[in-house]
Amino acid sequence: MATKIRVLIAKPGLDGHDRGAKVIARALRDAGMEVIYTGLRQTPEDIVEAAIQEDVDAIGLSCLSGAHMALFPEVVKLLRKRKAGDIVVAGGGIIPEDDVPKLKKAGIKAVFGPGTPLSDVVEFFQKAGKAKGA
Amino acid sequence: MPARRKRASSSRSSPGVSALVDSLLRGNKRAAAKLISLIEDDEPEAAEAMALIYPHTGHAHVVGFTGAPGVGKSSLINRLVRLFRARGKKVGVVAVDPTSPYSGGAVLGDRIRMADTGVDPGVFIRSMATRGHAGGLALATFDAVRVLDAMGMDIVLVETVGAGQSEVEIASRAHTTVVVEMPLTGDAVQTMKAGILEIGDVYVVNKVDLADADTLVANLRFQIEARDGWMPPIIRASALEDQRIDELADALETHRAFLASSGNWNKRELDRARQEILENARRLLAQQVRGPGTGGESFEALAQRVVARKLDPQSAAARLFQEAVGGTAQRQSRRAKSG
Repeated sequence: MATKIRVLIAKPGLDGHDRGAKVIARALRDAGMEVIYTGLRQTPEDIVEAAIQEDVDAIGLSCLSGAHMALFPEVVKLLRKRKAGDIVVAGGGIIPEDDVPKLKKAGIKAVFGPGTPLSDVVEFFQKAGKAKGA
Repeated sequence: MPARRKRASSSRSSPGVSALVDSLLRGNKRAAAKLISLIEDDEPEAAEAMALIYPHTGHAHVVGFTGAPGVGKSSLINRLVRLFRARGKKVGVVAVDPTSPYSGGAVLGDRIRMADTGVDPGVFIRSMATRGHAGGLALATFDAVRVLDAMGMDIVLVETVGAGQSEVEIASRAHTTVVVEMPLTGDAVQTMKAGILEIGDVYVVNKVDLADADTLVANLRFQIEARDGWMPPIIRASALEDQRIDELADALETHRAFLASSGNWNKRELDRARQEILENARRLLAQQVRGPGTGGESFEALAQRVVARKLDPQSAAARLFQEAVGGTAQRQSRRAKSG
């Protein structure tokens, strides 16, 4: 049996808008990945714990509340603390362009804003999964 | 009960795997997660890992949950996890969801309803896709259960895919099977059908907050009979409103005590061992007959002849089997005929 790419899609913080996260989950599923969706209002600690238990290759964080600068880097920090820094983290949502370089510096590998073609997102997670699985 | 918390070192094991298993036996969650992936992906080290893990299993009470999609299996499990934690037990969960037959992908959503447990160190939840396995479970489900057992979980709750009427594999693999139903799902004849409604050791009528459950409970009571000296209880619960979850937890513990005192625990273990040996033998055989180097007619050539109506599938299988197992099989079949 081949190694499957496993991705956690998570909504950190107080943000009830999950249509985007669900669209991404669906697209990754249709690309043959196993997607663990953990639902709304998760703390960075919850997300990291779930990622470790599920042994995912990558995490996709969705945030439309404006709190991404606090929440996304916290996830990366906690992963490193748990010696799981090899799990790739990407983010998406309403994220001002000025924040993107800062997020990348904090270890977020990619940031997908509104209008990103789904195929870009799929390709990113496929590469992330393969790089890690190899 | 087997000796626990020993080192998993063995002379023939590779250092990576035995280090992972050592780490697992110390309760490390990342090691548990990695080992489950190894088994799920059927990596070459999987068999070795299982051989190291197996001696440390046999302690956990394995409880399976089955029932139609949406009856509330995940929500009940979430409530139970919290309750068993309050009773000082460590709890593992393996939750199975279906793999797409088209893309091979899956959306695993059972964690959404289990979010309450958060970062509790005494809880481990793993989502699993069926990856083409029928019966409401994944092939690796019960090896994952063993990983959690070896890790020191006192109870492991297994959630099947929202099963239909005939996904009954769980009953032969768990110590205790919980069948979850809800009101408004059909008439009295639904509860008389064979299959899923026969396999419960405990029945839950969930969502009693939504509708009158009396009819369903009466229909179930009419149908359920004592088996091997155990009369399955019917519990009216509401996972949403946290009603009678304690009653459900008590029923699970009572059933475990019953299995131990009646000798049924050992009987079930033996049944399970037989089934697993056969299953694995079947898998090895399938690999063997499909793989290269079996000599004689290849699998593909036989398939072609079956399509061309030159050979029927049964005869093709018999040839394949004889080639794969060789003399042993012939001896066995002779013995079977003479016996």
